[in-house]
Amino acid sequence: MKNENLIQYICGVADNALILGQRLSELCGHGPNLETDIALTNMALDLLGQTRSYYQYAAQLSDKDKTEDDIAFLRVERQYKNVLLVEQPNTHFGYVITRQFFYDVFHLLLLQELQTSKDETLSAIAKKAIKEVSYHQRFSSDWIKRLGDGTEESHQKVQEAVNDLWKFTDELFHMTQDDRLAVDSRIGIDVTTLKEKYYQRIGEVLEEATLTIPEIKWFQKGGKQGIHSEHMGYLLADLQYMQRTYPNMKW
Amino acid sequence: MTIELEQHIDPQLVPILEKVYDPEIPVLSIMDMGVVRSAKWIDNVVQVKITPTYSGCPAMDVIGDDIVRAFEEVDIKAKVSLVLSPAWTTDWITSKGRKALEEYGIAAPLEENADKEALLGGKKIVKCTHCGSKTTKLVSQFGSTACKALFQCEDCLEPFDYFKCLK
Repeated sequence: MKNENLIQYICGVADNALILGQRLSELCGHGPNLETDIALTNMALDLLGQTRSYYQYAAQLSDKDKTEDDIAFLRVERQYKNVLLVEQPNTHFGYVITRQFFYDVFHLLLLQELQTSKDETLSAIAKKAIKEVSYHQRFSSDWIKRLGDGTEESHQKVQEAVNDLWKFTDELFHMTQDDRLAVDSRIGIDVTTLKEKYYQRIGEVLEEATLTIPEIKWFQKGGKQGIHSEHMGYLLADLQYMQRTYPNMKW
Repeated sequence: MTIELEQHIDPQLVPILEKVYDPEIPVLSIMDMGVVRSAKWIDNVVQVKITPTYSGCPAMDVIGDDIVRAFEEVDIKAKVSLVLSPAWTTDWITSKGRKALEEYGIAAPLEENADKEALLGGKKIVKCTHCGSKTTKLVSQFGSTACKALFQCEDCLEPFDYFKCLK
């Protein structure tokens, strides 16, 4: 596998963590209460930390003189390969938790496989991240149950979020050209094999939360090809502001 | 980012490393925290490898700088790099470190499910650092830093941090 394709594969995995981390950071100081505020920002920190490990590795592989910051801050929208799910806005807490839950379950399944990657660095990052993401999944699953099996209003709101975000779940299991190359070299993971387990786990938690699994057969896609929803531009404007305004600035 | 399977610390360097403390838990030295994976002389420079507790832990940069400074004070040049594998676990905290945590008011990590059990009304094993009661409840799985959860004692009503178990 060529370095160029490996870099693309790594960014495919890492961009999800970056964008979800960015969304969660937006909630810093805006969480519904102090504990959830701290929890959401802690998860953002974990995700951004993982992103850094991936991007540092990608920068190392790049023959151009690139740094992790170039990858994080200086690409244009079409070059980000995150799924549409993670860029969806923080509409209300039910949405935030549902988006997190839908991603956490996938993220954990992915990392469990990625730790067996032939690529030592990716395997090391995955082993480290698993411990953090297990906590994220525990947190978001617990909240899905609390909201779903909570009051009439919380139930209705989280059910709405589940119905709205469901259409973004199928994209998690799409394979890009780079994904296929990575699988062939036993570096990457064939995400299609995770699908059954994913929906099973999601189903179990939703059922326990007295929520209904939507019967939606139409799914939205595009993020993995760099074709994002209208929310992505605003998100990047915020994310890239400092580097665009003060080029080459450093902490 | 490399892999450092075995811990190799030059015994002569230990006293210097023991002077470096975690900036967020100032009673815990980085040796007692178990984040130093190796420290050895390579061509007149001490190469130190540390492993992060959590991927995004902001303390790692500070710890790296503090290590360099601690060696500078004794006229030794040091270089610090980060290793990810094997991943840090709370089992690497020494018994001295655990004691220091408890005295500082942070309950030391117990077993993997201690906080979940507390949340779901299972067995209560996390001891209040103020009064020693085990009648405690989990307030939040995430506390003031990524490595801690927030607990409250139901007897003395005081809140306290619990160092999350990471295995």
